[in-house]
Amino acid sequence: MKELKLMKGNEAIAEAAIRCGVDGYFGYPITPQSEIMETLMLNKPWETTGMVVLQAESEVASINMLYGGAGCGKKVMTTSSSPGVSLMQEGLSYLAGAELPCVVVNVVRGGPGLGTIQPAQSDYFQAVKGGGHGDYKLIVLAPASVQEMADFVELSFDLAFKYRNPAMILSDGVIGQMMEKVEFDAYKPRWTNEEIVKNYPWVTQGKKGRERNVITSVELDPEKHEALNQKLWAKYKEIEKTEVRYETIQCEDAEYIFVAYGASARICEKAIEVAREKGIKVGMVRPITLYPFPTKVIRDFGNQVKGVLSVEMSSGQLVEDVRLAINGKVPVEHFGRSGGIIHSPSEVVEALENFFIKE
Amino acid sequence: MTEVEKVIISPENLVYSKPSVLTDNVMHYCPGCSHGTIHKLIAEVIDEMGIQEETIGVTPVGCSVFAYNYIDVDWQEAAHGRAPALATAIKRLLPEKYVFSYQGDGDLAAIGTGEAIHACNRGENIVMVFVNNGIYGMTGGQMAPTTLPGMPSSTCPAGRDAGRDGHPIRITEIMAQLPGTSFVTRQAVHTAAAVRKTKKALKKAFENQTAGKGTSFIEVVSTCNSGWKMTPVKANEWMEEHMFAYYPLGDVKDL
Repeated sequence: MKELKLMKGNEAIAEAAIRCGVDGYFGYPITPQSEIMETLMLNKPWETTGMVVLQAESEVASINMLYGGAGCGKKVMTTSSSPGVSLMQEGLSYLAGAELPCVVVNVVRGGPGLGTIQPAQSDYFQAVKGGGHGDYKLIVLAPASVQEMADFVELSFDLAFKYRNPAMILSDGVIGQMMEKVEFDAYKPRWTNEEIVKNYPWVTQGKKGRERNVITSVELDPEKHEALNQKLWAKYKEIEKTEVRYETIQCEDAEYIFVAYGASARICEKAIEVAREKGIKVGMVRPITLYPFPTKVIRDFGNQVKGVLSVEMSSGQLVEDVRLAINGKVPVEHFGRSGGIIHSPSEVVEALENFFIKE
Repeated sequence: MTEVEKVIISPENLVYSKPSVLTDNVMHYCPGCSHGTIHKLIAEVIDEMGIQEETIGVTPVGCSVFAYNYIDVDWQEAAHGRAPALATAIKRLLPEKYVFSYQGDGDLAAIGTGEAIHACNRGENIVMVFVNNGIYGMTGGQMAPTTLPGMPSSTCPAGRDAGRDGHPIRITEIMAQLPGTSFVTRQAVHTAAAVRKTKKALKKAFENQTAGKGTSFIEVVSTCNSGWKMTPVKANEWMEEHMFAYYPLGDVKDL
């Protein structure tokens, strides 16, 4: 049975985690996402679903707790914000190398360094290009509403387990802190150990009736290690082929398009209204998966539009992938405020006009 | 086998056999290294307690990174210093299983001090094995957090200068102060008597896990004759004279 609630994006993450049968949450407080662990602690899911919730001593410990839990086939997650996610990059590399599924939520705040506690979208590169060492990718989902914050928890776990790869929900301080109505599915039971061992024979739950399992990312033989890298790369190619998700808004007659995700996509929806009132035919491609990136759909718009504006609360990161997709066909520009400032729809429209329309 | 050998090698004459939990893989450790003996003792304890199918080990980064080739249980290989974080989650999510971490001094007492102390402080119901040979073996003999003053290494070739490099850390005494630990001991494996004591300590540690007593922390003061650039015999003598003076053997806490 569906249930309708009014809550913050951060709270929706916590509620969704309990409802979709997450086994373990390991985290460390950081603004602007501390409500996630606080909501879990208030809800006491260990008394209902049996979910473990633990406040770790650091983000380094949290991400490595995910490694331990994921190695046992458990649905484990952590949440943090930018500086904390930087601390997790080592662990994410190991998780990807050992092919372990888990979910990491980054409610992005402005950087670099300690930066600001206000919203930003300046961790795009870190999320989609690697962040840690070595050849690997995270599956990255970008929610643009409280509903998607909730829905993407289960979706992230589905993808993480399907591909044995860490998944990240790349949110931002706007989506994390704003309140909207959100619809939840009924509670789903957690997987039993028997189900996990049957469905995921690689897990370490004790070597009953089989050879020992070893969860590791180390391989000193170059031939074997190259083979491992090739296996990972084949997996990423499959993800790029199968898992691209995006939304197009008012693109049918568009002469210009915005490309934006998360909070910027919400702002661009309003900017489209404002621009169209002025007679400017603009639409938007909203990447839902940032990796895999909706390269093809954006490339195809290169044949239709006169210009593309990448809108992101950063100094310009997403724009690089948009340019790669458009591949020089039409001009691609970046607009975005940063440092915790959220651009207004009229600023976005003004940027569009300045770049492409005004002589 | 000759007739004489058959008589000698008969069950009633058997005083020792390799634990079934120890694999037949040839160990990569240097001759004289303590790791092999410690591995064997863990395997014996797992064997005797009949918990092979219920045990999950966590290996570190360092010489014992490949411990999973030698002890026949499920394993996870951790990032440098993070084994106690992995072990924490494994035990919390699978409380009915036996979980142990195995770390060297660089792993546990330098880069992973935070994870180790907090696992002990939370009283995670796990066994933590800490092999202290006072040097980084795998990377080629660099200074460890436990290198003794005056002891040479490739990054303090004239010997550790406590004024410049800091003092060796007695991590076991720190762990004993934490309310989460129930059994904290420092042992060695250089003599038959010491091996027996370490075995007894490991057995107690795993039994504590059955009883849910919190963290059991076992330091094993060890030699690294390659890193120390000594013969195995000389390394044992040096350890007795110098290491035991700074790292005295015995139980520090036993609740």
